[in-house]
Amino acid sequence: MTQELSLQQGEQLLTGWGRTAPSLAQVVPCTSTAEVQEAVRTAGPRGVLVRGLGRSYGDAAQSGGARVLDLQSINSIDYDAEAGLVTAGAGASLDAVMRTIVPLGAFVPVTPGTRMITVGGAIGADVHGKNHHVDGTFGAHVRQLSLVDGNGELRELNPDDSTSAQFWTTIGGMGLTGAMTSACFDVIPIETSRMSVDTKRVDDLEEVMAHMVTGDSRYRYTVAWIDTVSASGRGIITSGDHASLDQLSDKQRSTALAFAPKALASAPNLFPPGLLNKLTVKAFNEAWFRRAPLDRADEIQSIGAFFHPLDGVQNWNRVYGPGGFLQYQFVVPDSASELVRVALDRLRGISAPSFLTVLKRFGEANPAPLSFPKTGWTLAADVPAGLPGLGTVLDELDDLVADAGGRLYLAKDSRQSPQMFARTYPRLGEWQKIRDELDPRGVFTSDLARRLSI
Amino acid sequence: MNDALGEPQAILVFGGTSEIALATVRAFPRERLRRVILAARPSAGRDAAVAALTADGIAGVCAVDFQAQATSEHGALVDAIFDAGDIDVTLLAFGVLGDQLAEEASPDLAVEVATTNYTGALSVGLHVAQRLRSQGHGTLVVFSSVAGDRARRSNYIYGSTKAGLDAFGQGLGDALHGTGAKVLVVRPGFVRTKMTAGMAEAPLSVDPEAVGELVVKALRKGRETVYAPGPLRFLMAGLKTLPRPVFRKLPR
Ligand SMILES: Cc1cc2nc3c(=O)[nH]c(=O)nc-3n(C[C@H](O)[C@H](O)[C@H](O)COP(=O)(O)OP(=O)(O)OC[C@H]3O[C@@H](n4cnc5c(N)ncnc54)[C@H](O)[C@@H]3O)c2cc1C
Ligand SMILES: NC(=O)c1ccc[n+]([C@@H]2O[C@H](COP(=O)([O-])OP(=O)(O)OC[C@H]3O[C@@H](n4cnc5c(N)ncnc54)[C@H](OP(=O)(O)O)[C@@H]3O)[C@@H](O)[C@H]2O)c1
Repeated sequence: MTQELSLQQGEQLLTGWGRTAPSLAQVVPCTSTAEVQEAVRTAGPRGVLVRGLGRSYGDAAQSGGARVLDLQSINSIDYDAEAGLVTAGAGASLDAVMRTIVPLGAFVPVTPGTRMITVGGAIGADVHGKNHHVDGTFGAHVRQLSLVDGNGELRELNPDDSTSAQFWTTIGGMGLTGAMTSACFDVIPIETSRMSVDTKRVDDLEEVMAHMVTGDSRYRYTVAWIDTVSASGRGIITSGDHASLDQLSDKQRSTALAFAPKALASAPNLFPPGLLNKLTVKAFNEAWFRRAPLDRADEIQSIGAFFHPLDGVQNWNRVYGPGGFLQYQFVVPDSASELVRVALDRLRGISAPSFLTVLKRFGEANPAPLSFPKTGWTLAADVPAGLPGLGTVLDELDDLVADAGGRLYLAKDSRQSPQMFARTYPRLGEWQKIRDELDPRGVFTSDLARRLSI
Repeated sequence: MNDALGEPQAILVFGGTSEIALATVRAFPRERLRRVILAARPSAGRDAAVAALTADGIAGVCAVDFQAQATSEHGALVDAIFDAGDIDVTLLAFGVLGDQLAEEASPDLAVEVATTNYTGALSVGLHVAQRLRSQGHGTLVVFSSVAGDRARRSNYIYGSTKAGLDAFGQGLGDALHGTGAKVLVVRPGFVRTKMTAGMAEAPLSVDPEAVGELVVKALRKGRETVYAPGPLRFLMAGLKTLPRPVFRKLPR
């Protein structure tokens, strides 16, 4: 098993969105299910993994020395308006799905804070959106999926028959049960491509949380941005729903279902590494807080502005410089709601310059053993990986989160310990048993799986 | 796998009783370590090293037999270690200082030094490079020496082995460029260990702990070479420009 030492054609260094801990893989574009099956059957000792659009922050969509399949050409999108169902290739992006179905009066069941993810990635990580408290995760809306298992066999899985255990093992299974090639999921009917949005500026964290507890049920979508620089934990709550036709002005009504967002600008390749520091983040947060109205109701916004504000700047992840960054996202049950403040205080204690800190309430968990969301609070904060003292603070927070019955989101994780993971996902053993049936040779693996002994 | 903060989970040490290497292992955060392999000749010192690291709360410390001069065995040894799991950091830390005057009188002794310091390291280094290459990540740390920067009357035999090793490390790093596998060449000056015990200290002498910290920092920053301590870089740059007749007359 000897090997040329220098870089060979087809090999690529891969990282997650946080741009930390790269590893080299053989990237293999696949254009059909048959090609995926062949790639799985002939995988070498380092195994195989599907990568979507690489929007996971950590090491979920990379696998050193492995064959990494790129399914972006498996991207057909069929919309059955009568049944309200989309059948899409796993490599199709949610951006493309929205461009297809929004003009026809339908919306994806769940969208994360970016549209630049694939259907496969949405199911693999079982993503959640601002509507989790009402609609649950993306996986909860999947009616059927096609999976190439570890033997290269094609399986059709769905939540309602004898394949349901394998189905739920694949939902949130982080690509470790096989390669999905297509999925059928339901949609949300919409009258317009606009959102009707209420915005509330609140002066401290406890008040933000109180508003969310009482107000969430009135909205399909809601989330709060928290100013991590201010000790008060002040924030802005934005809530909304799809606007109805009669909420639009005459002018807006003429393009009621128009959807053609543009990526605005590309962040320059080389930001000066010191750009994002305590002062700039403080200034940004101050401006962001002041920009929001104290209390405004029924503002009409575009889908892009409401759900995906960051998609307007391509490669914004470069702003953190060459050292990369990570996103710490945990969920804790309501009984441990004070951990939100503890986490914010600890991060402020090491002057973590975070300008994208988001707080949300989750609804109930679904049957998937590795799905992240469960009832309670979820906080997500971006931090530069090189921040002194970060490792210790996050390890301490991990312990508190675990003690409280909470856990971290695998699609964001790039640093938790295997012990923390096993402790906080108690259904791991059950999941592994079914994974072993789907992939008896253990060919599907990733850097995340190796790091956490999944 | 290294995590996002650059913390390794598995470390392999060739020269598992080297004081510099053991101090380097200790300089990594312990929380994420789960496998530390000390490859060394069987000895009470090796057992003591395993016990000491374990007592420090480091998980998964074990020893394997390794003889630098037995190059024909290196391939199987490296494969067995990597087959059991990925290695994030490999330290090439074995070496002997030798006895210059004895070696000048008995060239066989000089060959021994060269076989351990250069040939042995070249052999292990290439076997490890193969495996880093196929796992797609990981760093090889090569302990060179400032003695290799410019040959000195008092230790040019040792120095020449380190000069060769240093060139090997740099070239290997370039060969691996962009592959996720990396090489860090470390050039310590005078470090207070059993290797230098009893010798008069040179300027900028340091303890092994200081070297360990510099190595960990350099790995985090993804550096390709590091002097230990750092200012030696400037001292050596100056020394290298000295004309031979002047250099020859320097003490030590
Ligand atoms: C700006 C931003 C905002 C975000 N906001 C949210 C949010 O609000 N909510 C949320 O839940 N997440 C959020 N995320 C995370 C993101 O939604 C998930 O990481 C998602 O999985 C990314 O999809 P991807 O196509 O890029 O997949 P990748 O990151 O490439 O892969 C994710 C996982 O899915 C697996 N996978 C991908 N395709 C397949 C396939 N065809 N078959 C089998 N496995 C597959 C991969 O192996 C990997 O384990 C956000 C990310 C960013 C960058
Ligand atoms: N100390 C310094 O001032 C200094 C300066 C510059 C560079 N360095 C370099 O740094 C590295 C570590 O040095 P150190 O100070 O930590 O030295 P050390 O404590 O003396 O350790 C040297 C190691 O080399 C091993 N070794 C020697 N011959 C071997 C062989 N034939 N096979 C297998 N292992 C063998 C020894 O193992 P045993 O226990 O089996 O003998 C020991 O583990 C060396 O490469 C050295 O040249 C040291």
